[in-house]
Amino acid sequence: MSAHTSDVLIVGGGLMGTSTAFFLRRRGMSVTLLERGLVGQQASGTNFGNVRRQARYLLQLPLANRSLGIWQRLPELIGEDLEFLPSGHIRVAYTQDQAGVLEQYARDARDYGLELELIGGAALRARYPFLGPEVRAASLSPHDGHANPRLAAPAFGRAAIRAGAHIAENTEVLEVARDGTAFRASCADGRVYRAPVALIASGAWGDRMSAAFGEPVPLTARGPQMAVTEPVPYRIGPTVGVASQLLQETIYFRQIKRGNIIFGGCGRGPAYPDLRRAYVLPEHTLTQFDQLKRLAPAVARLNIIRVWSGIEGYMDDNLPVMGASRAVSGLYYAFGFSGHGFQLGPGVGDVMAELIATGNTSTPIAPFDIGRFAAASKELPARATTGTQSPAGSAAVPCQQR
Amino acid sequence: MVGPRIVVVGTGPAGVRCAEQLVAAGIRPVVIDEGGRDGGQIYRRQPPNFRRGYADLYGSEAAKADALHRAFDALRDRIDYHPGTLAWNVTEGELHLMRDGAAWRAPYDALIVCAGATDRLMPVKGWQHAGTYSLGAAQVALKSQACSVGRRVVFLGSGPLLYLVAAQYLKAGAAIGAVLDTARLSDRVAALPRLLARPGVLRNGLSYIAALRRAGVPLLSGVTPVEITGDAARGVDGIVVRDGAGRERRFDCDAVAMGYHLRPETQLADLARCAFRFDAEARQWFPEVSLEGRSSVKGVYLAGDGARILGADGAENAGRLAALSALADLGLPVDRARVAALLREQGVMERFRRGLVRAFPWPAGQAADLADDAIVCRCECITAGELRRTVREMGAAEANRAKAFSRVGMGRCQGRYCGQAGAEVVAHAAAVPLEQVGRLRGQAPVKPLAIATREETQ
Repeated sequence: MSAHTSDVLIVGGGLMGTSTAFFLRRRGMSVTLLERGLVGQQASGTNFGNVRRQARYLLQLPLANRSLGIWQRLPELIGEDLEFLPSGHIRVAYTQDQAGVLEQYARDARDYGLELELIGGAALRARYPFLGPEVRAASLSPHDGHANPRLAAPAFGRAAIRAGAHIAENTEVLEVARDGTAFRASCADGRVYRAPVALIASGAWGDRMSAAFGEPVPLTARGPQMAVTEPVPYRIGPTVGVASQLLQETIYFRQIKRGNIIFGGCGRGPAYPDLRRAYVLPEHTLTQFDQLKRLAPAVARLNIIRVWSGIEGYMDDNLPVMGASRAVSGLYYAFGFSGHGFQLGPGVGDVMAELIATGNTSTPIAPFDIGRFAAASKELPARATTGTQSPAGSAAVPCQQR
Repeated sequence: MVGPRIVVVGTGPAGVRCAEQLVAAGIRPVVIDEGGRDGGQIYRRQPPNFRRGYADLYGSEAAKADALHRAFDALRDRIDYHPGTLAWNVTEGELHLMRDGAAWRAPYDALIVCAGATDRLMPVKGWQHAGTYSLGAAQVALKSQACSVGRRVVFLGSGPLLYLVAAQYLKAGAAIGAVLDTARLSDRVAALPRLLARPGVLRNGLSYIAALRRAGVPLLSGVTPVEITGDAARGVDGIVVRDGAGRERRFDCDAVAMGYHLRPETQLADLARCAFRFDAEARQWFPEVSLEGRSSVKGVYLAGDGARILGADGAENAGRLAALSALADLGLPVDRARVAALLREQGVMERFRRGLVRAFPWPAGQAADLADDAIVCRCECITAGELRRTVREMGAAEANRAKAFSRVGMGRCQGRYCGQAGAEVVAHAAAVPLEQVGRLRGQAPVKPLAIATREETQ
């Protein structure tokens, strides 16, 4: 076997790819990960950093629970601190309708092992004095929190390397093709990597790979709209987000120990996968200002010092593609996390490693099977070649809290 | 008839001459000025209630300052002038602005950025103590507010501004502890052929040095900064350097003004998505720009020290050239002979610029030798040791990577003051060429932006 052959070949060095590499090594499988740029540069490194289970699609909670278990074992597991602060996550409502949504979700989530605490009235003001007068109710998920996305994928990558994985950065994969019984990845620099198993974990670029294997999916590239304030004394514990049907109302924020307040939401910006850049639209920043004043008036006394974005892949149904290919044996997918993959990342890696090593998973992931698009795929106009140079503006998708 | 919409950012020498050229062509440009009054940094005007004369304020450059201010005054009712206005972002065809808490947009067919430059800074141990200023800040205090940054000021660094500001402080009656130049005399001698491209400017520079020498100010060349001493409570109390012969010398002072020539303010060019190129001689990244002022982006023009450091006279020419390029690209008639004459003058300015780079080299080696406990990023209090650790233990050999892992350049100044030195530290620790480390990607806002800002409805 040449140095360029391994048990598993992973395409994409985001949090999904690096954590899978790490957990595959713990299961004793050899693994090569190919990354076009540097590990964790796109969605994994530029997202909000929410380690949040509440408000997720209910059938995703088992995976989110498993992932939280891993977050709670950091840094013991990977030897590095990702600045995970399990300081809770509150989701707030401005209207009675939305308060009702929070209540219903709390009832439903209990069946999936997620206990939420509903808070209203004077108790809400007492506990979270920074919330604006329009906030009527809140739902607290006490064990959730936030972490530093800039550190996460690189740290998992380094842990994977220490555990024996081979990670090739600045390695542009031109094509992954089935070559007899193995997969063959041809790179722009002429290198060729082979493995009997391949995992496509290439985020917003995943649709092109799946389409090349005859499994097109409806994916659109978009950019989160993030900003950060100058540092102020650390006062705000939990991550805070708004539950709303209106995308423009869905501001969310968190304060890091350094003191800066990070916020995002209210819209998604344009992303250009071919240029590997996504941009923040100035109007989104100004909308965020208005919504932040409403949600936490005191924060309006601060200045922002930077905005940023990154390329994220959104599926039409806002659920990821995760699991085995329906078309090609030995091929697996973990991409299209639709702006809510950060919390899931370590769990996805653990589950994908389990699936690849054993053929099964102890955590249900059937809702994310790529087969859900098979019926519709005939109607899809070659999605694998679209998604680049996307038009600007907000995606017409249901509001999802990050 | 509605003419083309041209927006000029900045009212220093480049911006004023640019606006003047546009008005001469019958255009009514929108002129954005972050400052409260025109003049930029070099010809900064004092507050309206101050009464110092031009000779006091601008010395040998009084006539130029006067001419520029008069030129701008004559334009005032023929331009849409917005002082005190921050251009905080750029999107295609629109400049995003903020003034007095209100945000609005200026659509443009051509955007001419004349954003100027700030001091190029190299960290030294202790530079976080109160009383450490950039040379430019020390000059602003004097020009604008008629006050000194300290009772006894030491000037440290390199470049023409070092002697200019020291001489201005001397003339204003301030006590000067020393002028400490990291460049060696031999550097200046080697640069003479290029510097002779502009003998008048060279003569001015020498006259500042002569005046300082006559006043008995210690003038040292070829120094290596060791430490700005002091403490957090009382601020700066002195500075220690090694002189050219390797001896350690200490100078008492309560303020240090430091700078190593200039770095262009490139955020707007960056946000407009202009390409950049690495200048190996100056060891810094400049936006790609033709001598005529065209950037790599259609409709975006760059002039003055914000594009390349040619100084005030070169900026006036560059402003005119950028205006003429914009006019030509918009299909308006342009005097070609005028363009050719300006380009010839710019050739001389460019030769002189390279002379200054040679005479006052950026002391890259200082970054390599910076003590592990010296602070690189003052906004975030990140030391050289912490930055090196991200390179050695976390594999960060690229500027944005090192920023993400270490927080160097992540604070209020967004790396405008520590970014270049940080890149040097990374390059040395990673043993890669500086060019390979790249540069920090600019992100909006150009300066901190209040969340209280409201969008103005038009």
